[in-house]
Amino acid sequence: MEKLISEFSFGLFFWQLFLFVGLVLLLWKFAWKPILEAVNSREDGIKDALASAENAKKEMQNLQADNEKLLKEARAEREAMLKEAREIKEKMIADAKEEAQAQAGKMIAQAEESIRSEKQAALAELKNQVATISVEIAEKVVHGELEDKKKQLSLVDKMLNDVTLN
Amino acid sequence: MRRKFSIKKITLLLFLVSFVAVSQHHGDEAGHKEATTQGTSEDAQKKSIKDYINHHLLDSYDFGLYSYTNDEGEKVHVGFPLPVILWDDGLKVFSSSKFHHGEEVAKVGDNYYKMYHNKIYKTDAEGTLNFEEGDHEHPTNVKPLDFSITKNVVFIFLVSLLMFIVFSRMAKSYKKNPMPKGAGRFLEPIILFIRDDIAIPNIGKKHYKKYMGFLLTVFFFIWIINLLGLTPLGVNVTNNIAVTFALALITYLITTFTANKNYWGHIFWMPGVPWPMKIILAPIELLGTIIKPFSLMIRLYANITAGHIVLMSIIGLMFLFKNWLGSSLSFGLAFALALLELLVAALQAYIFTMLSALYFGSAVEEHHDH
Repeated sequence: MEKLISEFSFGLFFWQLFLFVGLVLLLWKFAWKPILEAVNSREDGIKDALASAENAKKEMQNLQADNEKLLKEARAEREAMLKEAREIKEKMIADAKEEAQAQAGKMIAQAEESIRSEKQAALAELKNQVATISVEIAEKVVHGELEDKKKQLSLVDKMLNDVTLN
Repeated sequence: MRRKFSIKKITLLLFLVSFVAVSQHHGDEAGHKEATTQGTSEDAQKKSIKDYINHHLLDSYDFGLYSYTNDEGEKVHVGFPLPVILWDDGLKVFSSSKFHHGEEVAKVGDNYYKMYHNKIYKTDAEGTLNFEEGDHEHPTNVKPLDFSITKNVVFIFLVSLLMFIVFSRMAKSYKKNPMPKGAGRFLEPIILFIRDDIAIPNIGKKHYKKYMGFLLTVFFFIWIINLLGLTPLGVNVTNNIAVTFALALITYLITTFTANKNYWGHIFWMPGVPWPMKIILAPIELLGTIIKPFSLMIRLYANITAGHIVLMSIIGLMFLFKNWLGSSLSFGLAFALALLELLVAALQAYIFTMLSALYFGSAVEEHHDH
């Protein structure tokens, strides 16, 4: 202890205290504070980056789930649309068929009608012509066999009776 | 693998160098033996080693790099003088070369000063030192107030400058890049270690920031200056009680002036014990606040002093053993011990910082219900 006290140098104590306190203050201002702040902000940055990466990952997962859901919905919709289209197609075909049939029926009926009327007209014309011809024949016959009037008339009757309407 | 190999190579090289050194020494010894008888030479050598160690442990007024005895038997000192600053009826500043390594009386103005055992005393023109009866260590002459820039002060200043340059450059490098560069790569983990493993666990997240300046500075200061003490420059700052006292005093003052109510409550009126015990405990606790930094002071001083004495004694043994086995063995021992001292240098810095943080922590501890 006595040795320690005798060894104690006040000058050295003074300089150590003075220089060391100065060093602490200077280093705090120019070194420790900026270093610790830089390190802290870097650590915070890393923490933030990690958190945001985690968030991004979660969002990505959500997005993926959403995508899948959307895809499923889209697929279902497509399925439904296809089904509807098929139905419409079938219905259209059926309708067209029906209409065509109706149209055809109508046309056939029209044709039949026109055929019938044509036939009627033809028959009428034929009848007229036959009558004319008959009249002409009759004239001729009258011309030729005017003397045998009785015979001729019976002949006409007979011929007329022979001409049957088919 | 490569590193291991190189370490082995270096170790081998050092061993070889030691043999060369030892054999050279033996050559000198042989020459020396012719002049004097063996016994007296050995005693003189022992004494000179002891003196050398004692001298090494002390501060000095000049920056001595090395000294030797020349062919004429004169002691030659290589180095340069440092300014002596005394307060004795006004400021007295003069070069330490005036003392001629303690051999002469320095005359400054009308006063005479003499250096004795590395201390400056005021004397008369002849340099007479007065001693009490039976004492040859402590002269009764007046000691002027001494603010000299001694070798240790120079080193404290150099280390401070070095630290300031290194760490302020490191701080600047962070402005450009968030990752440390150069020395910062090595220093940043140490700074983070002090923050995360010393300051925060002992002081707590809430208060640690205001102590970081002191803790970081004291750690690096003690560590660097201890390491420099192990270099052949032979400077030895932390084995001065004045230096460790100054450091411990700062710890004590910071603890005292940042302490909260809870801390003082635990000292003067210990909660949770019966009142007679409170009265007994108060002075003990109060003494404890002084003993804590006192132990810091003694621990650092004693560890470094002891390390230097043991290391130098074993190095001295190399020159006392006059055979190849003993000398090389003590070289090996000195080498191992020097490695241990490297560890002690860091360990003492760590312990000082750690305990300071612990004391700061107790000063700002929040109230707990008992």
